[in-house]
Amino acid sequence: MNEKSSQNPDDRQSIEPALNPLGEPSGWAETHHDPDVIALGPEMAVAEADVRSAEDREFVRGSSLWRDAWRRLLKNKLAVFGLIVVIAITLASFAGPTIIKATLGITPDFIPSNDVKLIKSFPPFTGVNGEFSWAHPMGTDNAGRDQLGRVLQGGQISLFVGIIATLVSLLIGVSYGAVAGYVGGRLDNLMMRLVDVLYSLPYVILVIVLLSMFRSQTARGQLILLFVALGSVSWLTMARIVRGQVLSLKNQEFVLAARATGVSTLRIIFRHLVPNTLGPVIVYATLTIPQVMLTEAFLSFLGFGVQAPLASWGSLASDGVQNIAIFPWQLIFPGVTMALTLFSLNFLGDGLRDALDPQMRTD
Amino acid sequence: MLRFIVKRLLITIPTILVVITITWGLIRLAPGNFYSGEKRLPAAIEKNIREKYGLDKPWYQQYGRTMWNILGHHDFGTSLKYQGQSVNMIIWRSLPVSASVGILAYFLALAIGIPAGSFAALKQNSKWDYSSMAITMLGISIPNFVLGPILVLVFALSLYWLPPSRWDGLLSRNIILPVVTLSAVYMAYIARLTRAGMLEVLRSDYIRTARAKGLRERDVVIRHALRGGLMPVVSYTGPALAFLLTGTVVIEKIFALPGLGNYFIQASLNRDEPLIIGIVAFIAITLLLMNLLVDIAYAFLDPRVRYH
Repeated sequence: MNEKSSQNPDDRQSIEPALNPLGEPSGWAETHHDPDVIALGPEMAVAEADVRSAEDREFVRGSSLWRDAWRRLLKNKLAVFGLIVVIAITLASFAGPTIIKATLGITPDFIPSNDVKLIKSFPPFTGVNGEFSWAHPMGTDNAGRDQLGRVLQGGQISLFVGIIATLVSLLIGVSYGAVAGYVGGRLDNLMMRLVDVLYSLPYVILVIVLLSMFRSQTARGQLILLFVALGSVSWLTMARIVRGQVLSLKNQEFVLAARATGVSTLRIIFRHLVPNTLGPVIVYATLTIPQVMLTEAFLSFLGFGVQAPLASWGSLASDGVQNIAIFPWQLIFPGVTMALTLFSLNFLGDGLRDALDPQMRTD
Repeated sequence: MLRFIVKRLLITIPTILVVITITWGLIRLAPGNFYSGEKRLPAAIEKNIREKYGLDKPWYQQYGRTMWNILGHHDFGTSLKYQGQSVNMIIWRSLPVSASVGILAYFLALAIGIPAGSFAALKQNSKWDYSSMAITMLGISIPNFVLGPILVLVFALSLYWLPPSRWDGLLSRNIILPVVTLSAVYMAYIARLTRAGMLEVLRSDYIRTARAKGLRERDVVIRHALRGGLMPVVSYTGPALAFLLTGTVVIEKIFALPGLGNYFIQASLNRDEPLIIGIVAFIAITLLLMNLLVDIAYAFLDPRVRYH
């Protein structure tokens, strides 16, 4: 482990002089009790098996850890590319439909009324009579709706589902894992056996059963059901990660100090331990978003997820597959946009992992 | 070792019960049933049918009967939609389709993923390494329901090399596109895992010893490094099986294959309760037993793993 991190001399040099060595608790005791800067604990990102060597390193790290991680992230070209693409697609998804409406006067669900033409799905950059046109850069769908607007609107739902389900998994996973890890003993054993059992379930299959059985009449109801289904299964790994972190932290001096001064158990868990697990939690949350988005798309593709009039990239792709032979652009645009987003999120997550937790890097 | 197997079995069996119970509970708790469709049955006929399938009994008797039939007699009952066909029959008919696509896809993924991953590890930080890792990330990011139709568009509808869909037995050209589509994600994962595992192993002392002894690089890699470097791939087999199962659901829909996944989707849409419970239970049992086998294999392969 030590060998690995010492292979990156630049990372080492960029670290600022130690501000708060472990022996001098004044600085970080403050950070632990000030609710505004809870994120600045010095002992983050300690792999379970590697507590000792990480302790030594904290003398060098000091409190510039987040800035340090940011600098490492910026050095990773692929991660920066990912970050830019994710920001661009998010902005486009949320602002795009409004801009299209302001400039061209059409909404994503606008269906042109002239049914002179039998076929309403036009290729990209093509107008009604086959001439070149800027009106629909991604073409139109079966009903003649603007594909660009549909893809952007679908992006809203896809990103929204990914973020909400990840937040749910954060909420459940972090508290569950932290409590199990800190309390330990029988409760820990029981809680983690439950996670083991849930882990081995074919959960996508169960989610399909859930979604098809409780099929909601309204699109909005189905969306909420989808949030519940995705959020309730994606917290398991998060719980395991947080538990591992808490286990390696709970015997350190700052917890002992907190306990000695009479801080309550809940407060120790959520004020002292959880903030210190933030690094791995952020990394894993970033990697959960694309996973959840993929699962959502998979469910929508099969017809169990997002339903018309709402659209997500999965449901758009599902519509596109029906017409792949004649109107391939109906699949290609939502599919490629989705793949690009997942690709960028994955690279961003990998980059964050390397930046926040150099010990975990695989190269 | 024996204790470990027994212990794992003791966890596996309740888990199977949990899966069946959850599925049963979801179906029962949901409003409506198979007969509450658009075509209303006359009340008397519905009553007779409900009596025939035991649906008029209290819930605990129904639950007990379902459980007893599944566990005691390995009998999942008869399908409501496909008249006169038992769920067991449907499963045994569709299983070979799903299994052959899934197994072939997994082997294809191993055959390409392992060499690609080891190559990337051996040439770490080279152009090859970066480009192969970017390609694998692409493989992970392209959903298979996008990749599949695009492959169909290119190889079936434009080049006319391969048939676009339908099942024509294991030994036909029809199987190529589904297998390639399904294996893309695993190929990518396996390549990444192999790379990570190999990088770890290539730095270890025993590889240095092997090199110091003057072994040829080929022997060092194949006989020494791969053995340790492939452990992450072995432990990935369990999750991979689960993914393969869900992956086949999509693949079977795209390529119109009469496999388990296709029947499962149809059953869910039709509320064909015995068929849903049957397929879910079957998948859960297969998955859990395979996971158990993988864990045991892992314990045999890696002497460092100790189970208590």
